[in-house]
Amino acid sequence: MNGQIVIDGMTSGAMIGLGAIGVTLTYGLLRFANFAHGEFATWGAYIALVLASLLGTLLGGADGTIGDLTFGWHLLVALAGSMVLTALLALALDSVLFRRLRRHGSGMVLVIASFGASLALRSLLEFGFTGQPQYYSREIAMTVAIAPGMRATLDQLVVLGVAVALMAGTHLMLTHTALGRAMRATSENPDLARLAGIDVADVVRTTWLLGGAMAAAAGVFLGVTVQLRPTMGFELLLPLFAAAILGGIGSVPGAMAGGMIIGIAEAAAVPIAGAQYRAAVAFVVLLVVLLIKPTGLFGARER
Amino acid sequence: MSVLTVETVVAGYEPGLPIVRGVSFTLSAGEILVLLGPNGAGKSTLAKAVAGLVTISSGTVRLRGVSLAGMAAHDRIRHGVAFVPQTGNVFAGLTVADNLAIAVNILPRAERAGRIAAMLALFPDLAAARRARAGLLSGGQRQMLAIARALAVAPSVLTLDEPSAGLSPKLVGAVMQKLREIRDSGVAILLVEQNARAALAVADRAMILAEGRIAHEGHGASMLDDPAVAGLYLGRRV
Repeated sequence: MNGQIVIDGMTSGAMIGLGAIGVTLTYGLLRFANFAHGEFATWGAYIALVLASLLGTLLGGADGTIGDLTFGWHLLVALAGSMVLTALLALALDSVLFRRLRRHGSGMVLVIASFGASLALRSLLEFGFTGQPQYYSREIAMTVAIAPGMRATLDQLVVLGVAVALMAGTHLMLTHTALGRAMRATSENPDLARLAGIDVADVVRTTWLLGGAMAAAAGVFLGVTVQLRPTMGFELLLPLFAAAILGGIGSVPGAMAGGMIIGIAEAAAVPIAGAQYRAAVAFVVLLVVLLIKPTGLFGARER
Repeated sequence: MSVLTVETVVAGYEPGLPIVRGVSFTLSAGEILVLLGPNGAGKSTLAKAVAGLVTISSGTVRLRGVSLAGMAAHDRIRHGVAFVPQTGNVFAGLTVADNLAIAVNILPRAERAGRIAAMLALFPDLAAARRARAGLLSGGQRQMLAIARALAVAPSVLTLDEPSAGLSPKLVGAVMQKLREIRDSGVAILLVEQNARAALAVADRAMILAEGRIAHEGHGASMLDDPAVAGLYLGRRV
């Protein structure tokens, strides 16, 4: 395996990991697979596109670039704004749809509902932005050599750095703050959490906000390093689930590691098996790990 | 003075299918009230109804005269009503220290460290195992952590659902001894048990529940010698 595969795989792996955080946390807490999670990434990417162009219009003039990156500070502001708005979108989807169904329905009803939500959210974007790819910038991405045989665009390196920082921040929040402890406790045992004075509804809301914000970042980063399409999040969905399951449901470090493994496996598959087998190879890795350790790499217990 | 007043409570998991069918009792500070009865009598359901995990369809539960009607479980603990469930009573994936930190989080910041220290002093076994995951503790340590977690907020009412389940006779004795100490510190204890002999040994009063109603009431240890109690509700060998 050459170095280029590693750096390319890590970049897409970091985005998969960011998206998988929301999947693993909502699955761990609410015990259902949210198939609309990929759409949060797509919406995050498009919200940032709109915000960045609004900033350009308001301030009169296109965004410059920072150094040799393809984007400027407009997109960074738009990223922050998009994380907030997508977090609210995730929260809204829960209160309009999932929360009502949780009261009566089974897990399977929720999963099917999330399929419906996914289709609706994606179609709305296609309606508004067409199916044509969009770009944050038309600048040419500069590459730098980071080791013999390893080149990366500056965009990739920044995306990788910010994504890892966001994941590490999420992990520290979960392990070192009262809110994080409450989230882990509720995920493990909701009844006991209630008895310990934790408002489970608050924890559920926080989980949606966090998952939505991280998915938005993944979407923006995918837009920066590849392009924006209404199907981008949906295509990310299976790798997100693979990463979450591989890492162990409920585990943020697991989602991070799972994302990296899936990302690198996908990148490695291209020269070996051809691009059409990209997704398949990730699933072979997933199957092998699950056969050896069914709870995933960081899964502490059976669910 | 009575801390907890339960009046003609009817409760169950599904509407129209009451498991507890009109139970009334009072519980005072510094008192252990033991709730006995055969499986399915409604003991656990009654305990959960007091804790707020099971909906009460009629009747009232009052804490120092204030009704707890409609109050969620996570608010009841803030008002001093603590519950130790029979199973899943510690956060197994979290450390002993984190279990206690979660418990005291509803207290004012200045009191938290003091309460954790008090719990570690009351349960010395836990102090040594602070960094261990709760799921890796022995059965006895786990039960002590479950009690410590509930007691950490200095509740006025402590309800326990079969704390002796799955423990060796020696550990059962240790748990009951702890409950005695906790009672003597002024906490009102509602103890749901199957192990009649061990529970009645520490009971101030006891009630026997059958088919969702109180079938017999008495004063603690004396009930062990009551042939009617032994024969009807506890089985021959008490």
